[in-house]
Amino acid sequence: MWIDPSRPAERALVTHGHADHARSGHGAVWATPETLTIMALRYGTEMGTPVPYGDGFEHGGVKISFHPAGHVLGSAQILLEHAGERVVVTGDYKRRFDPTCTPFEPVACDVLITEATFGLPVFKHPPIEDEIAKLLAARAANVDGCIVVGAYALGKAQRVIAELRRAGYDAPIYIHGAMQKMCELYAAHNVPLGELIMATGLAKSELKGAIVIAPPSAMNDRWARRLPEPITAMASGWMRVRQRARQRNVELPLVISDHADWNELTDTLLELRPSETWITHGRTDALGRWCELHQLKARALDLIGREDEDEG
Amino acid sequence: MQAFAALIDGLIYTRSRDLKIRLIADYLRITPDPDRGWALAALAGTLNIATVKAAAIRAMAEERFDPMLFRMSRDYVGDTAETVALMWPDKSGGDVAPTVSEVIDLLNSTSRARAPAVLAELMDRLDANGRYALLKLATGGMRVGISARLAKTAFGQAFGVSVDDVEEVWHALRPPYTELFAWGEGRTERPDPADSAFFRPFMLAHPLEDASVHLDEFVAEWKWDGIRIQIASTGGETRLFSRGGDEVTGSFPEIAAAFKGIGVVDGELLVRGEVQGGEAASFNALQQRLGRKNVTAAMQAEYPVFVRLYDILFEGAEDLRSQSWTARRDRLEMFTANLDPARFDLSAVIEARDFEHLAEIRAAAREAAIEGVMLKRRDSPYQAGRKVGLWYKWKREPLVADCVMMYAQRGSGKRSSYYSDYTFGCWTEDGNLLPVGKAYSGFNDEELKWLDRFVRNNTVARFGPVREVEKSLVLEVAFDAVHVSKRHKSGVAMRFPRISRLRRDKPAEEADTIAALRAMFD
Repeated sequence: MWIDPSRPAERALVTHGHADHARSGHGAVWATPETLTIMALRYGTEMGTPVPYGDGFEHGGVKISFHPAGHVLGSAQILLEHAGERVVVTGDYKRRFDPTCTPFEPVACDVLITEATFGLPVFKHPPIEDEIAKLLAARAANVDGCIVVGAYALGKAQRVIAELRRAGYDAPIYIHGAMQKMCELYAAHNVPLGELIMATGLAKSELKGAIVIAPPSAMNDRWARRLPEPITAMASGWMRVRQRARQRNVELPLVISDHADWNELTDTLLELRPSETWITHGRTDALGRWCELHQLKARALDLIGREDEDEG
Repeated sequence: MQAFAALIDGLIYTRSRDLKIRLIADYLRITPDPDRGWALAALAGTLNIATVKAAAIRAMAEERFDPMLFRMSRDYVGDTAETVALMWPDKSGGDVAPTVSEVIDLLNSTSRARAPAVLAELMDRLDANGRYALLKLATGGMRVGISARLAKTAFGQAFGVSVDDVEEVWHALRPPYTELFAWGEGRTERPDPADSAFFRPFMLAHPLEDASVHLDEFVAEWKWDGIRIQIASTGGETRLFSRGGDEVTGSFPEIAAAFKGIGVVDGELLVRGEVQGGEAASFNALQQRLGRKNVTAAMQAEYPVFVRLYDILFEGAEDLRSQSWTARRDRLEMFTANLDPARFDLSAVIEARDFEHLAEIRAAAREAAIEGVMLKRRDSPYQAGRKVGLWYKWKREPLVADCVMMYAQRGSGKRSSYYSDYTFGCWTEDGNLLPVGKAYSGFNDEELKWLDRFVRNNTVARFGPVREVEKSLVLEVAFDAVHVSKRHKSGVAMRFPRISRLRRDKPAEEADTIAALRAMFD
């Protein structure tokens, strides 16, 4: 039994639908119903056993259950219980409000296997309302052009759209073709995204004053040539660091992340106080050092093939 | 402070010069005195807070953060001030953010020992972007890609005054420049430039192209391949300005110190190179001195600089700019005679019988420091900018070589979706291609589209943002000179390479060899 295996495995528990966690080709898959739908959309008709939040099952004497992680739609932490010992694998998570998914639930445990994507004390994500306000202000100041927002197609794009709606922006939002199906999937899961229009095939004049959401890879590529005087925005936790934003030719960095920032990571550790913490996915060294300073037992768990900064 | 922080971040993320000017101009118009004056000083590099040095920022960090966590963070971010600004805890209290002038007043009125504590109190009243701007303001290194001249240009644009008028009074004023703003807003007369040395815009030349001129009307001089420089001295103070109007006195202090005349002269800054028997060395050597705010004595000794004078704009307080070139030349010759010959000499006039003879002399000139020939109307006044028919530059014929495209990278700004930067190579004796240069200009929009498609359709490997392409496309590359280079594996480096033609007709095997390039060394 594997969790988020990076190679095809006979039995896989999948925390959420991002490509570096949910691969195709496994024998049997257990995941939340939402994650299975996302995998089916991405990989065709993949079968699996749906495990709703809070539900569990037994395998080889281990009780396995799924709990909300607040990362993207369907994202889960996985709790393993055996002989009175409890191990929680957080998968990717965040603690902030997100209108597109079920909020994180702290799960008491003996061993916590935590992600650390933004595990450096420089990463503190500002309130999303401030970043959305920046985006709306830039749009208002640039009605003759458009704003193209780079956002990961699963999760980030829908969150940015939902937050724009929450801020009262009710104009149509234009999306890259690669996001259409995922947005429909979110809408079908009761995440209202308002009116979305495919930007592909529209004349430049139709996109004046528009907010366009596109995958980061399309932003500086040929696809973007169809846009009228675009200002390049990017929604990512990495945008906190100026040089990172500049390297990617970003003119309007939006610090919006679906991962826990430094304070969320450390607050979660203090809240759960596991007797042991294993750190994976990201800056294991810095979070490990913090644990040492706070007398928490911790070790780094090195995984390979887990670098996808677009996902931040 | 928030408006200033927003301006700083805007400048960091904006690549277009015009947009940068607009951002600064907007800020200067709507921000009250004296905040905007301090901000202008920070952008123009004239703000100096003596109580805060970079070490104070590090001391502040070491006192508050675990050294290991700080080092890991600093390594990731790459900038100490930004790291401290980001790591600093957000205070949720209702403190009012300080204004720029409050920051300046507090820091100026404290001692060096007390400064870190004062800075820390200010940090507690700001958000992450505000803290970043505060630390950059306090240490003086803004790093937002703004030159002093650009800041002055933005001031001119904000208030509809000419940048030359700003320039003239600039050095007589001190931050926070309230008199400057009062004049800009039309509330007072222009401030008195007093006894200060300031920049006058350079007179520039048009390319000669295929025209020819008559040497009765035009005088010919060598065009030297150095840094065009203006020296302005009132006797009391001497300043050096680059072609863009930025002060470079700090980079070449020995020139300022050696200049004993009173007036304003125009010349070319060159490095005296032993390799050329005491003559001017190539631009290569001069680059070692460029962009340095301060230079060591060792640098001064290793790259001894001198100025080859072209023209004189003022002698004493007398404005010579409306006089003819011939009259100014007489004055320049007398003026130069009183200067230290180790640091200043005259740019010689080329004696040619006629234009054809001049063309022969130009073609025969092989000295590295010669970029070409200048042709100046004998009756030309000294006028700012490029004026039709007065001065021409007649560069040496560019050298050309047929090279093979090897790698491509995307451009920036409007070109960010195009592969527009090309690395090209020439053949070694044993039939390998080695890179010899990189070019991103010389082609038109149609050719760019074609090149972009070529790169995408012929990619054989990717290294991050770089694509390696099939070695099949021959580019004719034009360049001004070729030098020995230790940095390139090929051992050669081109000066000003640009694509002159796409040689789609030519097989890659027939491109030039590195040996052929070496044969073009001066």
